[in-house]
Amino acid sequence: MTTTTTPARTVETTYREAMREAIREALREDDRVFLMGEDVGKYGGCFAVSLGLLEEFGPERVRDTPLSESAFVGAGIGAAIAGMRPIVEIMTVNFSLLALDQIINNAATLLHMSGGQVQVPLVIRMTTGAGRQLAAQHSHSLEGWYAHIPGIKVVAPATLEDARGMLGTALADPDPVLLFEHGSLYNMGGTLREDAGPVDIHRAVVRRQGRDLTLISYGGSMPKTLEAAGTLAAEGIEAEVVDLRSLRPLDDETITTSVRRTHRAVVVDEGWRSGSLSSEILARITEQCFYDLDSPLERVCSAEVPIPYAKHLEDAALPQPEAIVTAARRVVG
Amino acid sequence: MPSLGADMDAGTLVEWLVHEGDTVRRGDPMAVIDTDKSAIEVESFDEGVVESFLVEPGTRVAVGTPLARLTPLGAAAEEAPALSAPPAPGPAAAAASREAARIPAPRRPAGARIGTPPLRHHAAELGVDLTKVVGTGAHGTITRADIDRAAAEAASSGATSATPSAAAPPAPAAPGAPRVSPYARRLAREMGVDLTKVEGSGREGAVRADDVRAAAAGPGPTAEQAPVAEPGAEPRPVAASGSRATIAALMSRAKREIPHYYVAQTVDLTPLVEWLRRTNKERPVSERIVAAAAILKAAALAAREHPELNGFWLDDGFVPGDDVHLGIAVHVRDGALVAPAIHHTADLTLPEVMAALRDLVKRARAGRLRRAEMADPTLTVSDLGDQGVEEVIGVIYAPQVALLGVGRVVERPWAVDQMIGVRPTVRLTLSGDHRATDGAAGARFLNTVDRLLQHPEEL
Amino acid sequence: MSGPQAVAATPTRGPMTHRGELLRGMTAIRLFEERCVELYSAGLIRGFLHVAIGEEAVAVGVMQALTEEDAVVSTYREHGHALARGLPMDVVMAEMYGKVTGCSRGRGGSMHLFDVSRRFYGGNAIVGGGLPLAIGLGLADKMRGRTAVTACFFGDGAFAEGEFHECVNLAALWQLPVLFACENNLYAMGTAIARAQAETDLALRAASYGIASWAVDGMDAVAVETSARHAVDRIRNGGGPCFLELRTYRFRAHSMYDPDRYRDKAEIARWRERDPIDLLVRQMTEDGEVTSDDVDAINAELNTEIDKAVAAAEAAPLEPVADLARFVHSEPEGVGR
Repeated sequence: MTTTTTPARTVETTYREAMREAIREALREDDRVFLMGEDVGKYGGCFAVSLGLLEEFGPERVRDTPLSESAFVGAGIGAAIAGMRPIVEIMTVNFSLLALDQIINNAATLLHMSGGQVQVPLVIRMTTGAGRQLAAQHSHSLEGWYAHIPGIKVVAPATLEDARGMLGTALADPDPVLLFEHGSLYNMGGTLREDAGPVDIHRAVVRRQGRDLTLISYGGSMPKTLEAAGTLAAEGIEAEVVDLRSLRPLDDETITTSVRRTHRAVVVDEGWRSGSLSSEILARITEQCFYDLDSPLERVCSAEVPIPYAKHLEDAALPQPEAIVTAARRVVG
Repeated sequence: MPSLGADMDAGTLVEWLVHEGDTVRRGDPMAVIDTDKSAIEVESFDEGVVESFLVEPGTRVAVGTPLARLTPLGAAAEEAPALSAPPAPGPAAAAASREAARIPAPRRPAGARIGTPPLRHHAAELGVDLTKVVGTGAHGTITRADIDRAAAEAASSGATSATPSAAAPPAPAAPGAPRVSPYARRLAREMGVDLTKVEGSGREGAVRADDVRAAAAGPGPTAEQAPVAEPGAEPRPVAASGSRATIAALMSRAKREIPHYYVAQTVDLTPLVEWLRRTNKERPVSERIVAAAAILKAAALAAREHPELNGFWLDDGFVPGDDVHLGIAVHVRDGALVAPAIHHTADLTLPEVMAALRDLVKRARAGRLRRAEMADPTLTVSDLGDQGVEEVIGVIYAPQVALLGVGRVVERPWAVDQMIGVRPTVRLTLSGDHRATDGAAGARFLNTVDRLLQHPEEL
Repeated sequence: MSGPQAVAATPTRGPMTHRGELLRGMTAIRLFEERCVELYSAGLIRGFLHVAIGEEAVAVGVMQALTEEDAVVSTYREHGHALARGLPMDVVMAEMYGKVTGCSRGRGGSMHLFDVSRRFYGGNAIVGGGLPLAIGLGLADKMRGRTAVTACFFGDGAFAEGEFHECVNLAALWQLPVLFACENNLYAMGTAIARAQAETDLALRAASYGIASWAVDGMDAVAVETSARHAVDRIRNGGGPCFLELRTYRFRAHSMYDPDRYRDKAEIARWRERDPIDLLVRQMTEDGEVTSDDVDAINAELNTEIDKAVAAAEAAPLEPVADLARFVHSEPEGVGR
């Protein structure tokens, strides 16, 4: 670790470019790595994440697949077993439902079912979330579902650093890692250290400190949560904001340390609340921090409807900063 | 009865497809069995002559029950294996496996002795106090019969005189019982606050932590709750009554007579906080240790290491204390202050210090301190961390020669090895009597406390 | 290694003809599975138990064409594939018993036999679920420039799954070194092929993806071996994936016992006349290659081996419950097996 006082050089970039740079670095540094998915090559990726990579690395390592999610996700599993380090891109979480069999019945089970023989060092990336008027079949936030499954790890980068750094760590993991990129984050800009590299993928972090309540969120809901925390601060309510980063395993320690200090918590999750990740987090807080709670726990989640197209309806269906502020006020008020 | 599928526990013999005396070969169908799914022909795994049927058609029997006896071809009848017992592992093995299947379900863990909710309801209806019932179930678990027996015994022993209230069930929660947050409930217990007297400010009148703190600090003492100690029993050193006038006199004298010096140090509590988090997980909630107790223990050990701060200034000379008896400054309800001692503090284990602290605070607030506790602290600790302050620069309790002020645990940016991190810290301030010691002594004392707190496991 | 794979776990006694090896391999599977049925009936093996009695020629014949470097992906009816691939009877039997000495440490059971050292990538209990895995193994081998072939077994039921069509298409598109070995036993559990598939000529349909495709008599071990060798050679030489429809029949129930309402006994009896073991014994007897004494000797020797495997499985320890959560995630090097 450097101790010089000269600030690290930084670059202006976006979440999309940070992801691309992470893939590029992985392809460059390990010839076992290849990218495979629908329209990742010639088209440049549905969300332009892999733009230019086909030209740079060729069709062997940037592979356009037919529209057959089960086949190419399963092929990623098989290739991982046989020594490769595939990055499989599923265009969106909605299409991942067509590959559920491979993810859940194979990727998550093979190591255990084989008594520890079959490792699956695979990374599956996919876009998740709503907010772009894409209607009911292109607006799911199902990462919490995947977080239900033992045998896979689930991560959700919410910052440029994590977009840049999580992929490399996930590829180094001997087991399957699912990486969820919220569609609303791709255009998020900012500065990133030029030498930014791999980051851990198992800890939550405190994005903003505060003592009055803890706001727990991740991925695409992080900007809204931070915005809400800013509003609350203007009212004199100091909200601590925890970015989960890893949805499976959950970093209980960071969550409970914060809640024990603030005695109050609100979970913000774009997933539906019934049987959800937010339920799980609240359950763990009550299990581990019951005697530290000074107020009922709250959640801000999506309304329990298929996400509608019309903007005013979609806005009403999703967690918004105002709803987070209101919930926070209720909790501390 | 053969096992014909993963979900089959029993089957019904529908009909025999062979007759007694028939010779059957391996693979021959012998009977039709009705499982819950369908009727299935079952085969013989042996060759032999059907000696006798053991189960009549129409009978439902468990998997593993012999259905018929076969005489092996050319063998004596009494050696005949039963149908469905395969030759390879042998009947013994099959029997053993059935035996294994009969092992009862895992027993209730030892922790569950107080009874299941239905049993608790049953006990409540009969007015039986479960804590007084001797369990006769596995691992001492209380059974329904135990409760009935206890109820009968209670009835017979007190039938003539005792009213039902002798074994009265616990009073059901009043419909309008106050809502109290779990944290507030915990604080109230720790601070000795009577929750029934606290006004809640939360939703639907819920009592929250701030309400408990306000109740602890605010007015509202009753005569019997006021601290009582025997006035005049001991002339020194601390106001036994805790009344304002006594405190006023004591503090005026201290400030007038004692040339105070102050030294302060901020201590990194990361090891302590982490160690407590880890070890508290294994402790029952009622025995969890708070950082304040660990600081007390560290202060006691430091006082033993620096005896020049542990004692009294009497008649123009220092008299060391006979042991370390830390005084604990406690605010009681009427705004008064007492500082009773935890005797031989340095010799107590950390859980004992914690228990003593809880007990002392509770009794101080309830006005039930013992005379000896009021009499002889050798060094006092004033911890106002629970009041939210960061630093306590206190006035020495004459004739003691030092007082340790403790602020609240605060997360501060903290540099270690040239890296800035956020760490839990506490500000410790030693007020010293310059007649007895110099600032250097106070500094050494604080350094020792710091060092001790870095190794909480050794406290 | 380029010669035929050993067909059974124990060394053979004295010189044996190649057809003798096939006979011995099929008999090993038959006797092993029959013993499993008995043990299941006695409650010693639990869960689901799918035996392939009647289909032994497919397992043994296809496995002849594979070498050590090749990979195998199988189904939940895979005891025969595992034994023919060379997994020892004792580790397979221990797995049936759920013992820690089993090939999957008792975590897999009958449907999930694994042996990575033999590139045997398991029984897959989701119909069609192994196919994507197999093309992935083939993709890796191709990308690394290895000459290995992956043989993927699946049934006629899987042919109706979308996964099959996705995978054949992708394998053909990318010219992956995969042998699609379709065990057409005419029934997807209780559903006859004609009741499930509009066109029942599976080889014809597979060929429509632009791959070499044959239908083979799956009751004739020699014919299976011949066609498998032809297909594997072609794949290994860069000819792209091939499809074999191996027409066979299971004599027993889908799993342990059936109501047998979906097929009549006369049909089973007709197929039993073409029992692959009897068929081979008849041919070899006619050619003077085997006597009934030889057959008895093979049976006796294999039964002794099965007895030993059963005894070892019964005596073997269980995985400690404390280790329940192992192998959910990989362990550091040097831990585990």
